[in-house]
Amino acid sequence: MDSKDLMKKTEPQKILSVSALARVEGEGGLFIKMDKGKVTSCELKIFEAPRFFESLLIGRNFHEPPDITSRICGICPVAYLISSIAAIEDACQVQIPEYIWNLRRLLYCGEWIESHSLHVFFLHAPGFLGYPSLMEMAKDFPKEAAWALQMKKAGNTLIQKIGGREIHPVNVRIGGFYSSPKKLDLRSLLDILKRGLDYSLLALQWIGLKFNFPDFKRNYTYVGLKHPKQYPIERGIISCGESQFNAKEFEKNFIEEQTTYSNALRWKATDSRSCLAGPLARYHLNYSLLPAFLQEKLKEIGLEYPCHNPFQSILVRLAEITYAFYEAIRLIEDYEPFSPSFIPFDPNPQTGYGISEAPRGLLYHKYELDDKGCIRKAKIVPPTCFNLASAEDDLKKWIETHSEDSIERMTLDCEQIVRNYDPCISCATHFLKLHIW
Amino acid sequence: MVMKKLAVWKFTSCDGCQLSLLDLEDELLEIDKNFVISYFLEASSRSPDPPFDISLVEGSITTEEAKRKIIEIRNHSSILITIGACATAGGIQALRNFASLQTAKERVYPQPELINVLPTSLPISQYVQVDYELQGCPINKQQLLSVLYSFLFGFRPSLNSGSVCMECKMRGTPCVMVSSKTLCLGPVTHAGCGAICPSFGRGCYGCYGPKETPNSPSLSRWAKEKLSIESTVLKQAFHTFNCIADGFKRFDEED
Repeated sequence: MDSKDLMKKTEPQKILSVSALARVEGEGGLFIKMDKGKVTSCELKIFEAPRFFESLLIGRNFHEPPDITSRICGICPVAYLISSIAAIEDACQVQIPEYIWNLRRLLYCGEWIESHSLHVFFLHAPGFLGYPSLMEMAKDFPKEAAWALQMKKAGNTLIQKIGGREIHPVNVRIGGFYSSPKKLDLRSLLDILKRGLDYSLLALQWIGLKFNFPDFKRNYTYVGLKHPKQYPIERGIISCGESQFNAKEFEKNFIEEQTTYSNALRWKATDSRSCLAGPLARYHLNYSLLPAFLQEKLKEIGLEYPCHNPFQSILVRLAEITYAFYEAIRLIEDYEPFSPSFIPFDPNPQTGYGISEAPRGLLYHKYELDDKGCIRKAKIVPPTCFNLASAEDDLKKWIETHSEDSIERMTLDCEQIVRNYDPCISCATHFLKLHIW
Repeated sequence: MVMKKLAVWKFTSCDGCQLSLLDLEDELLEIDKNFVISYFLEASSRSPDPPFDISLVEGSITTEEAKRKIIEIRNHSSILITIGACATAGGIQALRNFASLQTAKERVYPQPELINVLPTSLPISQYVQVDYELQGCPINKQQLLSVLYSFLFGFRPSLNSGSVCMECKMRGTPCVMVSSKTLCLGPVTHAGCGAICPSFGRGCYGCYGPKETPNSPSLSRWAKEKLSIESTVLKQAFHTFNCIADGFKRFDEED
């Protein structure tokens, strides 16, 4: 009698528990209870201690939220810089010229490349192939690991050239930049970016054709930005289900929930449906804006549109890496330095709203300013706050349709289901240990 | 050479400093040949297997559970190195040490009674003995590499303990306080970043924390007199990522 049978015969109630989820960003766990094949409780717990950013910001000067909130996440600081800046500029009703928005988009491309490469190769891929880490995977897949490291390095180098350093860049300010990069400095990156684009296509071919993706789909409510002309990164209109609205209407269209078991707040559609944010949502909402060569490549490797399989998010993330390289090359080729490097403006006692597509999904900031330019109120909603509820719904469906699996198999699969979301626990508490009881 | 067993730990933080290790793209696979990466939850699903030769600790202590865990980590580690402003100085979240915890809970959570944290965010050194501190928000990855290999070879790490101001001079960047009357914390901030901000025309914002024996009151007086910087602006400049570090906390108190 193997352990699985033992469990079934002596214990109708199964408990699965992963106390510390590995290869996710931040601290979380998973606790699942089952009774006669039905999930009675599924809790994605966030142990990461809260940091109270929205409270720390009160009374600070309106120039400060970008540098302070970038410290919410060391993996996606650019997202925090850009969303907070957009919110403050909105409050002060300043029009920012396109050349500044283009440089912001270029910087953001660097972050998509760096953050997605980290997730695809360091966190997600080892789970598909049964390795504990990229470092151990690299011993059997040296060529593929080299692609990964070169792509990640290219993304980081791009951020460093524009922002001064990879983590918590310093050259971004409200109104623009402290200094506009030299043309030659950016053009010197074209070589590594073009090579990175080639590596990303090779990686798509490898993962698309060699990895096994479980046959699993859910009918998701996608939430993400849409943009009429370009695949949304630094700005856009929010789309959720059938409705479209701008950042100002964010809090009217979603509800905030606090659970007894987690330090992360979660956000849902007003009818309490869970929503999915991130690469799958962006791909669903903006597929037509991807360049033709990339759409062709995705067809060739078997990634369909639409795609409702969360395990294939690894392919969509890779496609977005390719896209970010392609965009970065285009933006650098068109780049001209500008002066002044920022638009100066005075504070305005109004409320401003900012939204952008962090690598993990849409990131919302809201600030209320007083007449002296101090923050009176702040609200920050990171993408993981949407994805936690969606991941719990995926887990329930997976467990109920795989109730015959051994507890070991199920634990590994459940961890991978959580990883499908690239959850950012540090962000969500401003995430994960698996306990299935 | 005997491989050293390395563990990476995280407390309250943004993950940026441990990410620095993974950002060493050119050196990462070489590091893996010289160190046994025994525990690194962000990058590997291996379970901890104590004892450890070197523990890298990111983040500040903000919960009872963390207080218990850091003592356990100390007991299992020959060398404990704290990395980043959260671990060495409490981090940006230590701003809450100056205010009411209840107010902070009520401002952020609909059900504040569910949140269980200590009233303060404090550095690791408040709870256990630390063998080496690497300052910075975030740390400099080349410095991390240098510290790791120093311990591998049994040397004392020797990093520049001067100021950002000195790094800026060595780099040949024109002084932003002189040329554009911009407030710069470079004279009192610990070296290590390579003086990035002034090279972009921005004043140093102190993310590497106080240097050894900083004279912050003198800089504060100078900033008020020569740059007409208001007290509140000065306070906000010092009270960020290293707000409870001594040299920054009492930035304007003359001896």
